[in-house]
Amino acid sequence: MNNYPALIVIAPLLAALFAGLAVWIEDRLSYYIAILGLAVSSFSALKVLIQVIESGTIQYKMAGWDAPVGIEYRIDLLNAMVLLLISGIALFNLIASYKNVEQEISDRKGSFYTIYLLFVTGLLGVTATGDLFNLYVLIEITSLTSYAMVALSDKDRGPLASLNYIFIGVIGASFYLLGVGYLYMKTGSLNMMDVADIIASQHDSSTVLVGFILCMIGVWIKMALFPMHVWLPNAYSYSPVAFSRVVAPLMTKVMVYVMIRLMITVFGFEYIFNTLHLSEAVVWLATIAVLAGGVLALAQDNLKKILAYIIVCEIGYMVGGAWLGNQSGMTGAILHLLNDALMTFALFLGLGNMVYMLGKVKLNNLQGLFSRMPWTMTGFVVAAFSIVGVPPTCGFFSKWYLISGAFEAGAYHFAAALIISSLICAILFFKVFEICFFQSSPDLQGQGHGHKFQVMAEAPVSMLIVSNLVSFSLIVVGVFSGTIVKTIILPFLQGI
Amino acid sequence: MGMTDIIPLIVAKYNYWLFVVLMMIGLYAMIAKNNLIKKLVGMNIFQTAIILFYVSIGYKSGATLPIIQNVHEGHGHAAIHAADYINPLPHVLMLTAIVVSVATFGVAMALAVKIYQRYHTLEEDELRMRLSEK
Repeated sequence: MNNYPALIVIAPLLAALFAGLAVWIEDRLSYYIAILGLAVSSFSALKVLIQVIESGTIQYKMAGWDAPVGIEYRIDLLNAMVLLLISGIALFNLIASYKNVEQEISDRKGSFYTIYLLFVTGLLGVTATGDLFNLYVLIEITSLTSYAMVALSDKDRGPLASLNYIFIGVIGASFYLLGVGYLYMKTGSLNMMDVADIIASQHDSSTVLVGFILCMIGVWIKMALFPMHVWLPNAYSYSPVAFSRVVAPLMTKVMVYVMIRLMITVFGFEYIFNTLHLSEAVVWLATIAVLAGGVLALAQDNLKKILAYIIVCEIGYMVGGAWLGNQSGMTGAILHLLNDALMTFALFLGLGNMVYMLGKVKLNNLQGLFSRMPWTMTGFVVAAFSIVGVPPTCGFFSKWYLISGAFEAGAYHFAAALIISSLICAILFFKVFEICFFQSSPDLQGQGHGHKFQVMAEAPVSMLIVSNLVSFSLIVVGVFSGTIVKTIILPFLQGI
Repeated sequence: MGMTDIIPLIVAKYNYWLFVVLMMIGLYAMIAKNNLIKKLVGMNIFQTAIILFYVSIGYKSGATLPIIQNVHEGHGHAAIHAADYINPLPHVLMLTAIVVSVATFGVAMALAVKIYQRYHTLEEDELRMRLSEK
């Protein structure tokens, strides 16, 4: 048995320790240690994904203890994909963020890199683990680190936004913990596979039902499903941009992963869709989330807040798709998990470049941005097209699966909400583009007429390379989305 | 179900009722209180309620502490009946949960100090007013 599954999580954890210590020797050293840790983690994740595709699910026993007693990492096609996604995004973001960190939090760089690595460790652990209580502890590690991060940047609003985030985060995690308690009462086990085996014969138990509902509510609060989204926009827009770029694409998506994992591995479709009949209500909830997220995004005048509300809207897509109860819907939800993480990352990379050059990103700060920052805007436009769902970007393909799943299930309201929200996103982004393209920047207007010459003031090259690379990957993933569905998602869904 | 049926139900499962009541007190304080410290106390009560719930589900009536006695006197290999010992696992889980809740409380307290140093108040409505002036 090789140790790559453990290495994925342990590499950033050790790097966090050393990055914290390295500050005493040399400031820059902690940055290189962080890069090294995440590079090892990404490499291991890639190795594990290849191994899982070739030879099936890996069960990694921690310290050699067998499954129901010990804690195991159980890596199948779904979480192998998500692990690579997390470690890859965290690594690329770190490469792009060096200058942002220098600019925003130059006095506490060491703490930033340490907390950043711990956050990524938590996310990777949540994704890799096959144990329900271990999952809770790792969720709390991610949450604690993100509380600290949110408070790190904006001295006026940061601490209060972070405190409100803590209150809601604690409620969410506690509901999940309580749900696990109920499952433990009924099964006497915490291992996901073991619990699944035992509750397969307990479908009429009200204890299992309460456990299921409490776990779902906890996870929904953590993923900011409307109307439990209130904490998200403030928390994400007041944190340092280098952190909001990694928390925005990953945190909510990992919670979606947890929901899908609980639905598929622990409770099973049979229980959720045939015994409970909750699917219609949840799809309605998701429909409302999609529409509300879109409308709330329209009402904002700050680009950070607009993007944060788009996340609220996208969460509705994935929850709805997963709860449609058919294969197309679930395929769409899993594909959208991958695509949305990449799209949101691309959008926030563009945002980070703008914040670096402009400071503030209210809509009227963005005037003339196409001529000032053409490379940043290229990446941003591709990402925006993907959010709207223009082929051949990847956003189109997952939406296609979701919409066909909605028609198969007869959930026409959900299909309508998907189409309307695409229109809302189109309106939203063209509003932004209009300001960036047609309105010339304020310092130019002062110079009078005739001089249409605009000095280019682009972000540093490292940031541009990453943001354009990620935007380009949206098209690549879009073109190859058929292959991804065939080699990863369908075998996963058929292997349940 | 009449009133007379409910009372035995409460008495028989009083531990669950207790934890639900505590949880609701905590939740009420987190939502309704205006002072940030009171909200934090509410949060702590909320988390403690869940810890008590876990501790109580490990209990079995007539059972004793999960320490196997007389191991060295040669009786150690005698049959061990799980029913004679309370279940230690939920208690051990709660050690971790207590660590998590202490850490969360610590971070939250540090943030409250930050807020107080900047605005000299911990009342949420005053904070909102001050923030909207900016």
